[in-house]
Amino acid sequence: MPTAFSQPPVTREMIAFHGLNDEEYAKIKEILGREPNYTELGIFSVMWSEHCSYKNSISLIKTLPREGDNLLAKAGDENAGAVDIGDGLAVVFKIESHNHPSAVEPYQGAATGVGGILRDIFTMGARPIAALNSLRFGSPDNPHVRFLVDGVVRGIGDYGNSFGVPTVGGEVYFDESYTGNPLINAMAVGLVKDDGIVSAVAKGKGNKMMIVGSKTGRDGIHGATFASEELTEASQEKRPSVQIGDPFTEKLLVEATLEIIKEGLIVGIQDMGAAGITCSTSEMSAKGEAGIRLDIDQVPVREEGMTPYEILLSESQERMLVCVKPGKEAAITEIFDKWGLDSKIIGEVTDDGMMTVTLHGEVIAQIPSDCLVLGGGAPVYTREVKRPKYLDEITKIDMNSYSLERNWNEDLFSLLSAPNICSKGWVFEQYDSMVRTNTVLGPGSDAAVLRLRKTRKALAISTDCNGRYCYLNPRIGAQSAVAEAARNIVCSGGKPLAVTNCLNFGNPYKPEIYYGFKEAITGMGEACTVFGTPVTGGNVSFYNEDPDRAVFPTPTIGMVGLIEDINHITTQWFKDEGDIILLIGQNEEHLGASEYLHAIYKQNAGEVPPLDLEYEHRIQQFLLNAIRSRLVKSAHDVSDGGLAVALAECCISNQERQIGAVIELADDIRPDCLLFGETQSRIVISCSKEDEKELTMKMTELNLPFSNLGTVGLDRLVINDLIDLHITALSKAFFDAMPKFMEKVG
Amino acid sequence: MKFGVVTFPGSNCDYDAYAAVRFVLGQEVEFLWHKSSDLCNADVIILPGGFSYGDYLRGGAIARFSPIMEEVLQFASSGGPVIGICNGFQVLTECGLLPGALMRNSHLRFSCKYVHIRVESDQTPFTHGCTVGEVLNIPIAHGEGNYYHFDKEIKELEDNGQVVFRYCEADGSITEKANPNGSIAGIAGICNRGGNVVGLMPHPERAVESILGSADGLKILNSVNDYKKVTAQA
Repeated sequence: MPTAFSQPPVTREMIAFHGLNDEEYAKIKEILGREPNYTELGIFSVMWSEHCSYKNSISLIKTLPREGDNLLAKAGDENAGAVDIGDGLAVVFKIESHNHPSAVEPYQGAATGVGGILRDIFTMGARPIAALNSLRFGSPDNPHVRFLVDGVVRGIGDYGNSFGVPTVGGEVYFDESYTGNPLINAMAVGLVKDDGIVSAVAKGKGNKMMIVGSKTGRDGIHGATFASEELTEASQEKRPSVQIGDPFTEKLLVEATLEIIKEGLIVGIQDMGAAGITCSTSEMSAKGEAGIRLDIDQVPVREEGMTPYEILLSESQERMLVCVKPGKEAAITEIFDKWGLDSKIIGEVTDDGMMTVTLHGEVIAQIPSDCLVLGGGAPVYTREVKRPKYLDEITKIDMNSYSLERNWNEDLFSLLSAPNICSKGWVFEQYDSMVRTNTVLGPGSDAAVLRLRKTRKALAISTDCNGRYCYLNPRIGAQSAVAEAARNIVCSGGKPLAVTNCLNFGNPYKPEIYYGFKEAITGMGEACTVFGTPVTGGNVSFYNEDPDRAVFPTPTIGMVGLIEDINHITTQWFKDEGDIILLIGQNEEHLGASEYLHAIYKQNAGEVPPLDLEYEHRIQQFLLNAIRSRLVKSAHDVSDGGLAVALAECCISNQERQIGAVIELADDIRPDCLLFGETQSRIVISCSKEDEKELTMKMTELNLPFSNLGTVGLDRLVINDLIDLHITALSKAFFDAMPKFMEKVG
Repeated sequence: MKFGVVTFPGSNCDYDAYAAVRFVLGQEVEFLWHKSSDLCNADVIILPGGFSYGDYLRGGAIARFSPIMEEVLQFASSGGPVIGICNGFQVLTECGLLPGALMRNSHLRFSCKYVHIRVESDQTPFTHGCTVGEVLNIPIAHGEGNYYHFDKEIKELEDNGQVVFRYCEADGSITEKANPNGSIAGIAGICNRGGNVVGLMPHPERAVESILGSADGLKILNSVNDYKKVTAQA
C-alpha cells in the first residue's frame, strides 16, 4: 500500500472507459455537488453498471408477482429468496449467470459462478444442500464449443465437488445462437432454521466492519463492467477481468461463516461478488440506513502496491464483509483462525449515510451509500420496444414441405441421440451428485429430489427454459418455462413453492431485444401468478451477443417444490410389466417450435404450441393429488421431442431396469405431429391395473382430457405401426450420443 | 463401539460418515479435528472423503503431516481398525499405511456414479461379515482413484490376500468395462498386511439407506461394528 496516493485526473476518455454516459456523469456531479475523483468514478462505474444496478430491467422486474405464502425473504430483500417449509426450516435459493467470464475463460468463469451463488446462500446463514446448472452452448459440431463445454463442466465439477455440495441437476442445451456467448446459469439451494436467517445489513454506529476470508488481489477488477457489454473479438483481452476460484478456501469460509452466525456474533454479513468491497459496503450501509467508513489501508492484500481503486474494485473470490456485534471481534477472529482464514477490522458503521474511504486517515472517496444502490440513487431507465420483423417470417411453416413418407424408427433414433435430448450423463457424472447423502433423485429424472433429514419431507428442484420457444414467442416461451418447471416438480411428487429466475438476453439498447425481454417478463408474471409461485429474486444478464448474433431470449426458471412425504417421491420411468400407461392431456396437430424440426430439418421455426395456463394448472393439481393418493407409479412430462421421446425415456431412463411398452394411439393426426409434436400440457403416467379405473373416473369427473395409451412390458417400444424398436437400441442411441460427440477429435 | 471420524479442513464426507454411524448404525461417534492429537478413545477410525487440504497438489499429499495422523499411525500399528474412504484411501497411501498410489482416473475426468464391487477378502474387520465373491452396489465419486503399484507388489498383494474389493459387473464378473478409473487389476480397495487398515475408493457411507439407492455399504460398517464383539468372545 503506497503511503501517498495521487489520484489521476478524470478525463472524458476515462469517463467513457468506465462505461458512464453524459447523463449519468451529470447525475454523479449533482449527487456529489462536485466532480468525482478517480476512485469515486470507479465506484460509480461498477455500482451503476447494468450488472449491479439493473438500471434497464428493474422497472419491468418489479411487475413480477413477489407476494406469496410463507415467504421469509422476498425479491430484493436479501441475497437470495427464502421460503418457510415447516418443521422449523426454511429453504433459501437463487440462480445467477456467469456468462461473459465463461465465454473467455470457461473453467474459471464457471467455477467462480458456482462459488458466487454458494456464497449468496451461506451469507444468509443457510447450509448449501444442492447445486444445479442451466447451461447453453453453440452446436457441438464446433470444436471451440466443445472446448467451452469441457472447460465449463470441469470448472463446475472441480468447484462444487471440492466444496462438498451435491450438483443434482440442471439442463444442457445446444443451439447456434449461443456459439460465441454461452449461458452459464448456476443455482444453489440451502437450508436454514426458519429463525436463523441473517441479513446483509450494517447498522449501529461504531460497530466494527470486518473483512474475512481470502486476501484481496488484482483479479476481477471491472468484472461487473465487463459483464455489462457485448462480447467482441477484443473480449479475449479482458480475461484478467475473470476471477480465479479456490473451492478449498470457500469450503473453509462456509464453515467459519456458519459458525460465527450460529454463535450470534454478527449484526449482518454480505458476500463479495461483483464489484467486491464497493458493492458490499454500499449495499450493507444503504440497507441499514447507515454509513460505513472503510480504512482501505487495513484490507489484507495479496501483493504490494495495490491502489485503493484496485482494492475497492477487486473481485477476488471467497471474501465476506461482516458487521460485528460490539465486543465480538476477538471471538470472530478466533473462529477464522481455527479455519486458517484472515479476519480483519477494516472500518466501522457511521450514522452519516456515507460510504467513506480513507487511506491512512485521509478521505479519498466519499459518496452517499444510498445513491449507489438499486432502489436508491442508481439510474432507472425505460427502454424502447419494437417487435422484431423476424417473428412474422419465421413462425410461418408449410406443413406440406415435411414429408410423411419417412422411417419413423430412424427419426426417433435421430431425436434420442440429438444433443438437446440425449442423456447428459457425460456431464452429470463429472459432478458429485451424492455428497451430504440426501440425494434421492440426482440428474436424469424430471426434477432433482433431496430428502430433508429428521422430517418426512423432501425438496424437488428443477431448472427449465426452452430458448427456441422464447425466440419464436417470448411470452408463451416464458410461460412455458414456468409451466414446465412446475410440471417437473409435480411429476416428482412436489408442490411448486417459488421461483428464482435468470434472465439472459442481448443488448437492451436494441429495441427488438428489449421487446423480447418485456414479453418474457409479461409471460413469466402471468404463469407465476397462475401457479402461485412468486419470484423471489435472481439475476438479469444483458449483452449476451457475439459479433454475429444475440442469444435466444432465455429466461431460465429455477423452481423449488415441497414433497410432503418421501413416499410421494415419483420417478419418470416405467416400473412393472402389465402396468397401464395413461396420457393426461390431449395430442394435437402441432409441429411448430419442435426439436423435431430442429434436429431433422435444421429449423427453428413455426408457432409455439398454445399454452392454456389455467388448464395446465388443473392438470398439475390433479396429478399431484393422484400421486399423494399413491395411485401413480411413474410420471413424466412430454416436452422436447414430443410423445415418442417421452415414452422412450419412460422405457430406458432407469438403466438398471429398462422395460418396453406397447402403445396404441387413436388420434387422427399427422404421424410426425403425433410422435414428435410438442403440444403442451401433457403428462405420461403409469399405474397398476387396479388403480386405472379410479384415476380415469377422477379425470372424467374433473373434465380433464386423457387417453389410455397402452401397457408396460416386454423389451420393445411399439407405437401403432409407426415405431417398433428394441429398448437396447433406444438405450444405445440415448446414452451413447454425448460421449461420442464430445470426444470427437478436430 | 465408538467411531472417530477425522475432519481435515477440506473433508466433505465427514458428516456423511458421522450420520451413517450415528443415525443408521446407532453407534457412538465423534469428529476428530486434524490439529488435535486425541483420538477420543475411538475403537474404529474413519478417514472420510473430500479434499483434505484442498489437494491441488495431489489427493492426501499434505494430510499426512497433520497432528491427528500421528495418532492414527500409532493406533493402526497397534492393530486398531482404520478405514480410509476415497480421499481417506489417498491419505493412507500417502502416509505409508497402505502400499501403492492413486493416480488420476485414466479418462482424466471426475466420475460419480454407482458401481459394483466384489468382496475379495473377508479377513479384515470391515469385511468379515461379508462373503468372498459377494457383490456390493456402492457409489464412487473421485477424480484420482486409479490405483497403481508395480507388478511385483501387486502380485504380493494378491498372494497375501490384501486385495479387498475389485470393480465388477452386477453378476460379479471382472471386466474392463466395469473398471471406472483404470485401476490395475480392477482394484477398488486393499488392506495392509495385518488386515486392520483398509482403503477403498467407493463410498460405503453413501449407501446405507435404500431411499438413497442402496444399503450395501452397511455390510461394511456392520462388519466392523460386530468385529470387536466377535474378537471379544473369541
